[in-house]
Amino acid sequence: MTSTLTISHLTKAFGGVKALSDVSLDVAAGERVALLGHNGAGKSTLMKVILGLIAADSGEISVCGSAPGDAAARARVAYLPENATFHSALTGLEQITYYLRLRGEDTSGAMTLLDKVGLGHAANRRIGTYSKGMRQRVGLAQTLIGRPDLLILDEPTSGLDPVSRRDFYQLLDGLAAEGAAILLSSHALTEVEARTDRLLILSGGKMVATGSLTDLRREAALPVAMHITAINGYDADVLSVLPDAIRVGSALHLTCTQEEKLGTLALVAGLKEKVADIDVIPPSLEDIYSHFSRRDGQ
Amino acid sequence: MIARIFATAITEAHIARRNRWVLIAVGLMVVFSLVLSAVGSAPSGGLGADRLSVTVASLTSLSVYLVPLVALLMSFDAVAGEVERGTLPLLLTYPVARWEILAGKLVAHTGILLVALVAGYGAAALIAVAGDPAAAAGFAALWRLTWASTLLGATFLGIGYALSSLARRASGAAGLAIGLWLGLVVLYDLALLAAVVADDGGIFTTRFFPAALLANPADAFRLFNLTASQATAAASGIGAAGATIALWKSLVSVLVWPLIALGFATLTFRKVEP
Repeated sequence: MTSTLTISHLTKAFGGVKALSDVSLDVAAGERVALLGHNGAGKSTLMKVILGLIAADSGEISVCGSAPGDAAARARVAYLPENATFHSALTGLEQITYYLRLRGEDTSGAMTLLDKVGLGHAANRRIGTYSKGMRQRVGLAQTLIGRPDLLILDEPTSGLDPVSRRDFYQLLDGLAAEGAAILLSSHALTEVEARTDRLLILSGGKMVATGSLTDLRREAALPVAMHITAINGYDADVLSVLPDAIRVGSALHLTCTQEEKLGTLALVAGLKEKVADIDVIPPSLEDIYSHFSRRDGQ
Repeated sequence: MIARIFATAITEAHIARRNRWVLIAVGLMVVFSLVLSAVGSAPSGGLGADRLSVTVASLTSLSVYLVPLVALLMSFDAVAGEVERGTLPLLLTYPVARWEILAGKLVAHTGILLVALVAGYGAAALIAVAGDPAAAAGFAALWRLTWASTLLGATFLGIGYALSSLARRASGAAGLAIGLWLGLVVLYDLALLAAVVADDGGIFTTRFFPAALLANPADAFRLFNLTASQATAAASGIGAAGATIALWKSLVSVLVWPLIALGFATLTFRKVEP
């Protein structure tokens, strides 16, 4: 599959401070990729370099076959900035109509776009009267103009309520199914986990991990937690078999490595008549994320 | 290209209408033009000129102050405001060239200025024609004043965009704009007059003074209109002092200044990193 976006060995420094160092990545057509990282990890800088808003110091970047910021690239890329803002004196309809005109699209599609993001009822109100979530949805509406090949979305769901978030990801799924490549940054790890194909983790300007959640979970090799509830009075018996377990309330908590997981479960299975219940808790996305983003000396 | 320029122009026109800029510009021009034409009607008998020509001479002196002020007030926010609101990065990811964005703003702002000029000058002309049947002789001067004022406006719009790009903060751009207006329109003339008086007909008055007048877009505008309508007698101060400069020189200055200002604006806007 051909890549819509390819970056190799990208470096960018601001006044001697490296914002991005030796970053390489690619996003294929139809792929949804999440970019994770702390505040200041370099996510927004990376996006602005891809958009051609700031120039890279070194490295190769290809956006839809063109250099970033070229007229050809800009015609095929849509961007949603973090905290999308617009002139408060314009109405939502006027703002979207403006963006349609700039892309050379038919302005009669403005209402359809606003309806798509649930703003049809407020189309003729000034953006100054909109809530943060509504402004964000104006931003989303403008990214849908003219079937872009690449969408760069900087924290697209910040300020959206849970229902709007779900609708937003449905829109994204539709775009990806039509062949659009999507790169989005987010702090909402659980929704990213369910809704994207691949994760990239930036830390201190370096790409510290890349792959699907399963890949990252295997690579991180974080311990698995087990919560065992013994049948009344059998706590001591269970503890004698599993000496590393700790009593927490009425349950026994135990952690083990991925390799020990099956062996430990077999031991618990051997205690079948003494154990009431067992929960196996794999490392959460938050745990994996912290593991990778802290590994780099943070 | 044209479609993208007009897209920005339409949007800017919406913004100016909502922000009452159209109303303020028209109101300012009409009120001041009417006041001037009422005050300026008294001496016309003694000058032997028709009443409209005298009104045009008064309007010229008014426009030297008012047109740059209105133009700077409309333009100081053009780039700095976009930077401050955070709307510029998104706009620059669209397939639109930076000069096209500025051109769109220029079309809208010049249009608003033109509406204000036509309303103000028109009101003053109506009064003049109503009071003096011979005033129709002054229409050529009024027409000249209108297009020259539009060019003067375009010059100061360009300067405003450039200051806006340089300052990158709306408050800073506003300060620069007011400072520049005060400098070019008020203090410049005072300084020149003081120098001429001190020089007392020496080399400064004969060599540098005419060049200094032509180098300032506001002075060149006044000089051009007053020389062309031979109304220097009705003017005073700097206008009268520059009566010896050939008409074509001030015309060139009036025509070239908008190009310089807009070129400078484009260059500075190109350097703005969002």
